[in-house]
Amino acid sequence: MTIPITYYLILSAVVFLTGVVGVLIRRNIIAILLSVELMLNATNINFVAFSRYLEDLGGQVFVFFALTVAAAEVAVGLAIIIALHRSKESINLEDFKLLKW
Amino acid sequence: MAQLVFGYFAGVIAVTAMLVVALRNPVYSVLCLLIMFFHVAGLYVTLHAEFLAAVQLIVYAGAILVLYLFVVMLLNAKQDDRYHRQWRVAGFVCVPLLLELLVLFAGGKMEPSPLFSADQAGPGTDNARAIGLTLFSTYLFPFEVASLILLVAMIGAIVLAKRDIGGSGA
Repeated sequence: MTIPITYYLILSAVVFLTGVVGVLIRRNIIAILLSVELMLNATNINFVAFSRYLEDLGGQVFVFFALTVAAAEVAVGLAIIIALHRSKESINLEDFKLLKW
Repeated sequence: MAQLVFGYFAGVIAVTAMLVVALRNPVYSVLCLLIMFFHVAGLYVTLHAEFLAAVQLIVYAGAILVLYLFVVMLLNAKQDDRYHRQWRVAGFVCVPLLLELLVLFAGGKMEPSPLFSADQAGPGTDNARAIGLTLFSTYLFPFEVASLILLVAMIGAIVLAKRDIGGSGA
């Protein structure tokens, strides 16, 4: 209990902002999915820190569910990337403008 | 001591998170993310969430990262010199594991049942038992829904990544 929860919040905010910046500036689809993983981990750090400081196990259980959703997201996202690469021979985001107007 | 451990884990997490975004080679990004997952697991250990640390290592570092590496190497298999100096990655993976082991042993000696045990699961129980009791009693319905999500994701991944979709069968 020697570390104040503010430090965990700052760390989580830094990692989350890094993920947001990664989603915004990268053009590689795989790098964007990795940035989404960064954001999920930032929220998980927040959940576990609050679970420790509020002495409630619900935060850790929510991290468990977030892990489940992250695994599902990765499986479906990578399958979509494989299908995209099969149709366009590219994983660069700027090559996919079918839905752009 | 606690500040030192937190400072180490937080510093490495922040730096590797930025490296994940900054590095151009996706393989390097994935390896930096692997290092970050190990250090997040170390942070969980210092927060007395040992079960989550183990799940983080098994699911994230063991399953998700391997999936990423599969896809990265499947899609752009260039012949760069990207497999040099792997001992640094190995060192960054081994150091947090060693620290986690030390923290676990030290915590086991100093505080036998530090938290989450008196009110929720009875005295003398550990973190994994407390989480299991909570998960299968209070959060039983979300647990079932999570299994449904995994089933849907599995079917979706198979359908999306199949080679000839709509060719002969459907």
